[in-house]
Amino acid sequence: MDTLVRAFSAPAFRELGYWLFRYRRTWRGSIVISVVNPLLFLAALGLGLGTLVDRDGGAYLRGDSYLEFLLPGLLVAAVMQTTFLEAAGPVMQGVLARGNYRAAASTPLSPADILHGHLMYWTLRAVMNATLFTLVSMLFGAVEASRIPLLVPVAVLVAVAFATPAAAWSVTMTRPSQINSMFRFAILPLYMFSGTFFPIEQLPSWLWPVAWATPLWHGVDLGRTVALGTATPLGTLAHLGYLVAMAVAGLLLARRNYRRRLHV
Amino acid sequence: MAADAPAALIEASSLTKVYERGGGRAGFTAVDGIDFQVRRGEAFGLLGANGAGKSSTMRMIACVSPLTGGGLRVLGHDSVTDGPAIRARLGVVPQDDTIDGELTVRENLLIYGRYFGLSWKVLRERSTRLLEFTRLSDKAGDSVSTLSGGMRRRLTIARALINEPEIVLLDEPTTGLDPQARHLLWERLFQLKEDGVTLLLTTHYMDEAEQLCDRLVVMDAGRIVAEGAPAELIARHTSREVLELRFDRLERQTMTDRCRGLVEHMEELPDRLLLSTDDGEETLGAVHRRGVRPVTALVRRSSLEDVFLKLTGRSLLD
Ligand SMILES: Nc1ncnc2c1ncn2[C@@H]1O[C@H](COP(=O)(O)OP(=O)(O)OP(=O)(O)O)[C@@H](O)[C@H]1O
Ligand SMILES: [Mg+2]
Repeated sequence: MDTLVRAFSAPAFRELGYWLFRYRRTWRGSIVISVVNPLLFLAALGLGLGTLVDRDGGAYLRGDSYLEFLLPGLLVAAVMQTTFLEAAGPVMQGVLARGNYRAAASTPLSPADILHGHLMYWTLRAVMNATLFTLVSMLFGAVEASRIPLLVPVAVLVAVAFATPAAAWSVTMTRPSQINSMFRFAILPLYMFSGTFFPIEQLPSWLWPVAWATPLWHGVDLGRTVALGTATPLGTLAHLGYLVAMAVAGLLLARRNYRRRLHV
Repeated sequence: MAADAPAALIEASSLTKVYERGGGRAGFTAVDGIDFQVRRGEAFGLLGANGAGKSSTMRMIACVSPLTGGGLRVLGHDSVTDGPAIRARLGVVPQDDTIDGELTVRENLLIYGRYFGLSWKVLRERSTRLLEFTRLSDKAGDSVSTLSGGMRRRLTIARALINEPEIVLLDEPTTGLDPQARHLLWERLFQLKEDGVTLLLTTHYMDEAEQLCDRLVVMDAGRIVAEGAPAELIARHTSREVLELRFDRLERQTMTDRCRGLVEHMEELPDRLLLSTDDGEETLGAVHRRGVRPVTALVRRSSLEDVFLKLTGRSLLD
């Protein structure tokens, strides 16, 4: 507890301040993206594909519309992707020559302060993204207003669970192409097979354990059960446990890697 | 000097840095058990060829590089346990600059200052003053990508001063600067010294070391090979004068051989032959009597460069 308090004390907030200062320059564009992104997805998948699905897929959806089924997964996956991109690239740049991390490391901040400050920034951005996403979805009728206070924290938890391992990994990277490969060969496949667009029960049964093992599936399923009111205590606990464990493991690994890379 | 001031602001004892190497190979020893002390208010230099371990030493003092062995006290604190407290009172000009390309010139000062917990009010005032001090006021609102190399260097120095540090670490502060910019920087560094700031700098320029440093150490392959004031080192390690001879390329070897034994210490460089002597003119006469015909001959006073050559067998700017 003591270390937790110290971890998020003043020095880390200075690093948060740095990222917020930089955000001042890009906030308009980022808000447009946060609003347009769900609009496009909901229009194309929800309205277009959704009408098709709703016509014959009633059994799987248990009475909910495809749009309602889709929304929680879309939200969780979109927030996760944005967080990955905001964590991976800037972390790698930060640690290279002329990067922010190098400069910050010569001030009273410790490598852990730098990590914690940046993590606060990703968390804040995830809250913004998730909130905007759900508000837009509400206008589409894709989610009930009463579910938003539960859905947003789920999306933010998933974002943090991805942010810490992404930071731990990126801080050891030296080329942007490595980040791109990670996105293409790990993040996108996760997105496709995590049950975002269809229930994983649609896949051959031998593939289910693969889906259960992936973190995004836990996030998507947690979001969906919360949004549709089908959550079970055991399932929820398993999802939460998985995501929290991932966030903590990532944090510990990132702290070690930050120290090794910034204090050589 | 105040009587209660600590004897030394920086105290290194058997300071050692070994970099780990992958693949199970033995580590590489960049700093090999060095001892030195820097007193309050002095300008202290680290001289050495490329790879001598200067930057490694600087980074340990800046508390961004853990020691492998030995002890290091900075401003009365143990560098191992009190890194943040030490860094709060240091100004750092690293060898490769870490100016933030995402920010303007002025923002670089403001945002960096925030890391020291300074208020915006204090920072606005200080950044204006420091931009004037480094003659960058005209550039305050510009993106740093529009700065020349020398301007970036000056901005790095301005930034290092934002927390009004007691010690400023300057790792090759003037490398890549034109003579005018160097002189401007020297003048600024003198001013800092007058204000009581302790300076620790590395350089490859002998004139810079002679001008700026009260005391210096010469490093070679991670060890200290000499220590003292510039004039002291020159007196101790070299003769009074140096005779520099240049030869035609084809004759170089025979001419060099003819000079052997003339003086106690002779240094053969790729382009020149250096003869240490107490009387350059007289040695030149002796050289001529041996039938040696140099293309050019020059008698000059001994400098730190000669000390360096003698001690390390290396040219500084190799
Ligand atoms: N991070 C590192 N990992 C491994 N080896 C390193 C690292 N940094 C420096 N070295 C090695 O340590 C030695 C000393 O390097 P250092 O940068 O301290 O030299 P220097 O005296 O500053 O040289 P220069 O004049 O070129 O700046 C060099 O041989 C270098 O290759
Ligand atoms: Mg160096």
